Amino acid sequence: MSNDTSRAPAGFWRSYVFSTDHKVIAKQYLSLGLFWALMGGATAYLIRWQIAHPDTEAPGWGFIAPDFYNMLVTMHGTIMVFFVAMPILLAAFGNFLIPLMIGAKDMAFPRLNMLSFWVFFLASVVLMASFFVPGGAAAAGWTGYPPLSAKMEYTGVGWGMNLWLLALALEFASFLLGGVNFLTTAMNMRAPGLTWFRLPVIVWMQLTAAVIFMLSVGPLIAGAVMLLMDRLIGTTFFLPEGGGEPLLWQHLFWFFGHPEVYVILLPGLGIVLDVISVFSRKPVFAYRPIIYSTIIAGFMSFIVWAHHQFISGIDPRLAMPFSITTIIISVPFAFVIFSMIATLWRASITFSAAMLFAVGSLGVFIFGGLTGIFNGSAPVDIYIHDTYFVVAHFHYTLFSVVFFGSFAGLYFWFPKMFGRMMNEALGKIHFWLTFIFFNAVFIPMHLVGLRGMMRRIANPMQYEFLKPLEPLNMFITLSAILLLLSQLFFVINFFMSLVRGKAAERNPWQANTLEWTTTSPPPHENFSTIPTVYRGPYEYSSPDAAADWLPQDRPLTASQAAGR
Amino acid sequence: MSNWFPENVSTFGGDVDSIFWLIFYITTVWFFITEGLLVYFAFRYRRKPGEKAAYVLGDTMTQLAWVLVPLAIIVVLDVLIDIRGAEVWAKIKGQPPPADVTVRAMGKQFNWEFTYPGPDGKFGTEDDLQTDNDLHIPAGKVIHVILTSKDVIHSFFLPHARLKQDVVPGREIPAWFQITKPGEYEIPCAELCGFGHSGMNGKLYAHSAEDYEKWRKERWPDGAQQTATKG
Amino acid sequence: MNADTATMSDTAVPPGKTGTWWFLASEIPVFGGLIASYIVVRLGSAGWGEASGHLNFSLALINTFLLLTSSMTVVMAHAAAQENDFRRVANFLGLTVLLGLGFLGVKAVEYTTEITHGFTPAAGIFWSFYYGMTGLHALHVLAGVIANTVLWIGALRGTLARHGHRVELAGLYWHLVDIIWIFIFPLLYLA
Repeated sequence: MSNDTSRAPAGFWRSYVFSTDHKVIAKQYLSLGLFWALMGGATAYLIRWQIAHPDTEAPGWGFIAPDFYNMLVTMHGTIMVFFVAMPILLAAFGNFLIPLMIGAKDMAFPRLNMLSFWVFFLASVVLMASFFVPGGAAAAGWTGYPPLSAKMEYTGVGWGMNLWLLALALEFASFLLGGVNFLTTAMNMRAPGLTWFRLPVIVWMQLTAAVIFMLSVGPLIAGAVMLLMDRLIGTTFFLPEGGGEPLLWQHLFWFFGHPEVYVILLPGLGIVLDVISVFSRKPVFAYRPIIYSTIIAGFMSFIVWAHHQFISGIDPRLAMPFSITTIIISVPFAFVIFSMIATLWRASITFSAAMLFAVGSLGVFIFGGLTGIFNGSAPVDIYIHDTYFVVAHFHYTLFSVVFFGSFAGLYFWFPKMFGRMMNEALGKIHFWLTFIFFNAVFIPMHLVGLRGMMRRIANPMQYEFLKPLEPLNMFITLSAILLLLSQLFFVINFFMSLVRGKAAERNPWQANTLEWTTTSPPPHENFSTIPTVYRGPYEYSSPDAAADWLPQDRPLTASQAAGR
Repeated sequence: MSNWFPENVSTFGGDVDSIFWLIFYITTVWFFITEGLLVYFAFRYRRKPGEKAAYVLGDTMTQLAWVLVPLAIIVVLDVLIDIRGAEVWAKIKGQPPPADVTVRAMGKQFNWEFTYPGPDGKFGTEDDLQTDNDLHIPAGKVIHVILTSKDVIHSFFLPHARLKQDVVPGREIPAWFQITKPGEYEIPCAELCGFGHSGMNGKLYAHSAEDYEKWRKERWPDGAQQTATKG
Repeated sequence: MNADTATMSDTAVPPGKTGTWWFLASEIPVFGGLIASYIVVRLGSAGWGEASGHLNFSLALINTFLLLTSSMTVVMAHAAAQENDFRRVANFLGLTVLLGLGFLGVKAVEYTTEITHGFTPAAGIFWSFYYGMTGLHALHVLAGVIANTVLWIGALRGTLARHGHRVELAGLYWHLVDIIWIFIFPLLYLA
């Protein structure tokens, strides 16, 4: 890593395309993630149109055939989880914030960082290509259960499914490399005085998520290799006619799949906590116990996976142990949620757009967490498994962090990332419309699920017992279209602010953490001198300061100022 | 809202619903408490000029108690839910009551194939009958179903009985139910199984005692009374 | 204290080594998942002993010896790097590469023999796992061979001296590949 800052300025390609600067890489991940969010939204539109108005032409598209519908639901899930949530929450925010928040010039391995992005870019190209091969893209659900996914004749999808597996493998590789970078950077490159328990919560959350991801994805990589071998060279890992076991895939998938949802959740919770603290002018309540709870939940996430498989054919006696672990894991998360609420107690709250999204995220997540209790109860799951109740549940938990959380983070850190302020009024309109329409889509969806509507069916009117759902499904679809359209307020605000936003000062929010001590945006290598840290990140309304904030790098006492 | 669920016509359906309602009441109370506090704090502690926030770290026992006590209550309620749930789970997925009628159900792309053992009570004999999608059983009797699949994973779903079980090729998975009210009930597939997943739907005919006899006499005109089988 | 270079390092471990350990930690669940699947599926069914009887135990034993020896040579390369004797580094890295290539060559012979005798990947569940586990492992051996070759060339040219610590990092990866074989070998060939 060169420390030579007197070099001639790099050209366009080295500065913006093949850059090793973590801030540029973060924006590359953000751009690609937002692009995929558009694609994910498009699939959602088509899915909802087909459900509400089966076998009619979707405006702007046309007829949706049953196998195309299966592809839509598959790709919607795959795109949102692996190509929107992960790149935005982990790669974009993690890359941008970690070096800045720890007072470092860049990541520990800047070139590896650049490689990570381009591997992810390659994964995106492969996934995109899978739409255009004969047979279309993968159509066996984002969960890809064999035998459906293991033999081409079961779905009619050929290379689309193989490319899907390849794209996932590349995505996993990209994030594994990224995780190595995050962890090494945080372990080795913190500024002087920055002990572990002076790190902002979001850094802890990113690190915990990285560890969880790195230890859980292995079995699915193994599974993906096995599935690819079944498809391509005739092995029978998952095919009973060759002595294989279809359920094996499910275990390998969910052993990763469950920790994965916490990998996505944690950075979102971290963003929400940090934003709430700043706009409440109050320390995060129970900072250390939150960290410990999160780590405990991280460990526990490895022993709940079969709650996705209660009625899959596993030995029924396994259901209760997994039911118990599932219910216990709600405890550390409940702790974090209660602490978040407690942070608001006796606060001094400013409802900026970022704060609205942060509080909204918390409210939405609580709802999702509560419906999780239903799903975690094995006997109730007999009825609601594979219905829209599950879909409603996970949209509450995921959307809360992936969208509300990301928006909170984007409105908050946009000034630091781009040197300009976003329009607050548009941001607030964006929040209220998103909040209202999100709930309009997903609250009724619980009722749809409780009526018994199964997942992944293209036409509920084919079932007598689902016919009463027609008005509700139409309402949900209309709300979904309005939800999608509401995002225009963000898109317009984002691009307008990029070119015409008011110039941002270093610290527009009067926040304590280190990223706010440097310019907006920060220069290459971030800090003219590496800061020294004297305190934790949440000294808001501290008795030690007249102002209601106290930056981490400001010495208070004479001995601190003298560097002793 | 209880009318919203499909009408429950199985002996254990009420047990499933009762766990649902138990969880519903508990979570609704917590919903109002947590979201209520959230909204209340958001309003009550809006920034007022001249007022500073309180420097509360949450690092003393008195402060933490406000979080830990609700947490403890939640643990107790969770244990309650699990204990009650375990009983219901064992009833449905554990040791079933002895069978009055046994049938085999095979899922395939894209319909159910039901096989009846016929009056001799044995599968794989001359008097077996196979139907596509139509499952005829007597109401008020214990029905054992041996579930399997011909190709991919499907899921045998009886919404009106609150029964669901994935069917897996290469495995025979048992399930049971007892219908309380004669009628016709749908048997959708509840696991994505290919392009025909939507519309894959069987029909359960739960006959009254005399209708069931009539159906049997039509299918097996020379057959004797079907003896109770243990599958 | 030079503010520009002073950082707070939790460990006295250089970043490359920390990063390598995290990378290896993520590799373990990949093979762990594959191996655990093999064990569980095998315990649940019968008749695998018959299939595994068709494997060539002697060739696998040779491969075990080759890999173990190569772990030793890579350690000696590391020791030489620490003494800045890059000619010896080149020698030992070269040996490591040769032993690794030998492993892959033996594997190729095994695969060819098995396939021509009809024991293809489609021949049954045991063979699915055999090819899956040894194939994925062999790909990792190949990656290690490539990495060691790159370092070997650097040692010959004299460019490695500036990055001598990389020999240790490559060695750590190579040890993991060796250890994974130590698990796979008895599970497939001895059980």
